Amino acid sequence: MAIGLSHYLAVAAILFTVGVFGIFVNRKNVIIILMCVELILLAVNINFVAFSTHMADLPGNNPMAGQIFALFILTVAAAEAAVGLAILVVYFRNRGNIAVENIDLMKG
Amino acid sequence: MLQTISLFAPQLVLAFFASQLLSTGAFAKKDISVGVRYFAVGVLVLYALIGFVLGQPTGTAFKGALIVDSYSHYMNFFLGMSAAAALMFSKSFFQTEKLDRFEFSVLVLYCTLGMSIMVSSNTLLSLYIGIEMQSLALYVMAAFNRDSLRASEAGLKYFVLGAISSGLLLYGASLIYGFTGSLEFTHIAQVVSEGATPGIIAGMVFLLCGLAFKISAAPFHMWTPDVYEGSPTPVTGFFAGAPKFAAMALIARLLVGPFGDITTQWQQVIIVLAVLSMFVGAIGALTQTNIKRLMAYSSIANMGYALVALSAGTQAGVKGMLIFMSIYTITVIGIFACILQMRIRNGMVEQISDLAGLSKTNRGLAIVLTMFMFSVMGIPPLLGFFGKFFAFIPAMEAGLTWLVVLALVASVIGAFYYLRLVKIMWGDENENEFVQAPKTLRGLAVITALLVFPLLLLPMISIPAQSWISQAAASLF
Repeated sequence: MAIGLSHYLAVAAILFTVGVFGIFVNRKNVIIILMCVELILLAVNINFVAFSTHMADLPGNNPMAGQIFALFILTVAAAEAAVGLAILVVYFRNRGNIAVENIDLMKG
Repeated sequence: MLQTISLFAPQLVLAFFASQLLSTGAFAKKDISVGVRYFAVGVLVLYALIGFVLGQPTGTAFKGALIVDSYSHYMNFFLGMSAAAALMFSKSFFQTEKLDRFEFSVLVLYCTLGMSIMVSSNTLLSLYIGIEMQSLALYVMAAFNRDSLRASEAGLKYFVLGAISSGLLLYGASLIYGFTGSLEFTHIAQVVSEGATPGIIAGMVFLLCGLAFKISAAPFHMWTPDVYEGSPTPVTGFFAGAPKFAAMALIARLLVGPFGDITTQWQQVIIVLAVLSMFVGAIGALTQTNIKRLMAYSSIANMGYALVALSAGTQAGVKGMLIFMSIYTITVIGIFACILQMRIRNGMVEQISDLAGLSKTNRGLAIVLTMFMFSVMGIPPLLGFFGKFFAFIPAMEAGLTWLVVLALVASVIGAFYYLRLVKIMWGDENENEFVQAPKTLRGLAVITALLVFPLLLLPMISIPAQSWISQAAASLF
C-alpha cells in the first residue's frame, strides 16, 4: 500500500486530537499540558510538510511555503516553551506544587 | 527598498527601540525603569504618528507578507495611543508596589509590535508570527508580579489556553494552506472565490476558533475572568484594550479579505460567537463582586456587540466594528484609570463594595466613573451610545434584525450591573476613603472622560474621524 497524503493527514489529526484531549482530560500535572501543546504543534507541522510535499504544481501554488512555516512553528514553539516553563517555575515557587487540581485560587 | 522601509517604518521604529531599550536596561548599572518608561511612551507615540508624517504610504512590503493600507494606518495610530496610555497608568501602580522594572516597558513595545504585524498581515505566516509575538509578551506581563500567587496563576492559565488557541489557529492555517496551495491572502481569496471546499471551510472555522480565544468571545472565554482578576491591574487595563482591538481588526481583515466570497458560511460562526458572548458576558457579570472580574465579563459582552457589527459582512459592518471598538478601548482605558485610583492606606482594593459612598469622599472620581458606566451602557448623549448605534445599524441593514433585538436584550441585562455600580457609588454609606491618587491617573481619567463626552462628539472632530474610519474600512474591500 502506497502511503499518500491522506495517511499523513490522518496521523496529524490523531496527534492533534490526542493533544487537545490530553489538555482537557489530564487532571494531574501541568508539565503534561505543556507536552500536549507540543504535540498539537507537531501535528500541525506534519500537516504542513505533508501538504507541501504533495502539492500539485499549479500556478500560484507555493510548495516551499509549508516547509518554511514548519520551521517558523518549531522556532516559535521553542520560545513558547521557554516562556511557559518560566511562568511554571514562578508558579511553583509561590505555590509549592504544580498539580492541575490546585490551580483554583480564582474561579467563578 | 526605500519604499519598503517607508511602508514598514512604524514597525521598524518599535523593533529598533525595543531592542535598544532592552540592551540598555540589561547593561545599566542602576535602576533605569522610570527613564525607560517615558522613552517607551515616546516611542509608542512616534509609532502612532509616523504614518502621518510619511504621508500614509500604501502598498505591500516584504514580497506581500505585510500590507499597508488606511486600515493599518488607523490601527497603528489607535494601538500606539492606547498602549502609550496603558504604559502611563502603570507608572504609579508599579512604583508603589515596588515592581517597577524596565522590562515591562520593553514588553509593551514588543507586544505592540506584534499587534501592528497582526493588523497589517497579508499572509498566514505573518498573521501567526504577529499573534505569537503579541501573546508571548502578554503571558509574561500577566505573571509580572512574580511574588504573587494570583499573578503567576493568571499567567499560567493564560499561557495554557493561549497555547491551545495558537494550536487551533495553526491547524486551521495548515488546512487552508493545503486546500488552497498558498499562504497569501490574495491567492486564498482567488481559490475561495472559485468555490470553497469542505477543507477550506474547516480550516476557516479552526482559524476563527483560535482567534475567538484571543478576543475572549464565548465559548472560548473561560480564561478571561481569572486572568483579569489575577494580573496586576495596569496589565489588565492593557489586556482589555489594545490586544482585543488588534485581534478584532485581524478577524475583520481575514473575513472580508481571503474569505470575502463565503460570507454565508462564516456569518453563522460569527453570529453564534456574538450571541453566546453577549449573553455569557451579561449574565456572568451579574453575580461578580470583584470589579476586575466584572470588567472581564463586560469585555466578553462588548466583544459580542462588536461581532454583531462584523456579522453583517458589509463595509458598513467593518466601519461599525471599528467605531465600536475604538470607543470601547477609550472607555476601558478611562475605567481602569479609575480602578487604579482605588487605593486605601493598606494597599489596592478591588471589590465593588469598596466603592461605597464614593460620591461623598471623592466626588470627582465618582462623577467620572459614573460617566464611563453610562457610556458602556449606551446612554445618549455619551459616546458609548454612538458605538452601539453604528455597530447595530449595519446588522439591521443586512437583515439580521433578530440578532440586533438579542443584542439590545443583552444590553438591558448588562445595564443592571453597571447601574448597580452607580447605585453603590451614589447611594450606599461610606466605608473607606481612598488615598489621593497620583496626577497621571487623574489626568488620564479626565482626558478619557472628556473624549467620551463631549470632545469626540464635537462636529469638527467627529466628522473627520468618521470619514477617516470609513476610509479605513473601505480599504479592506
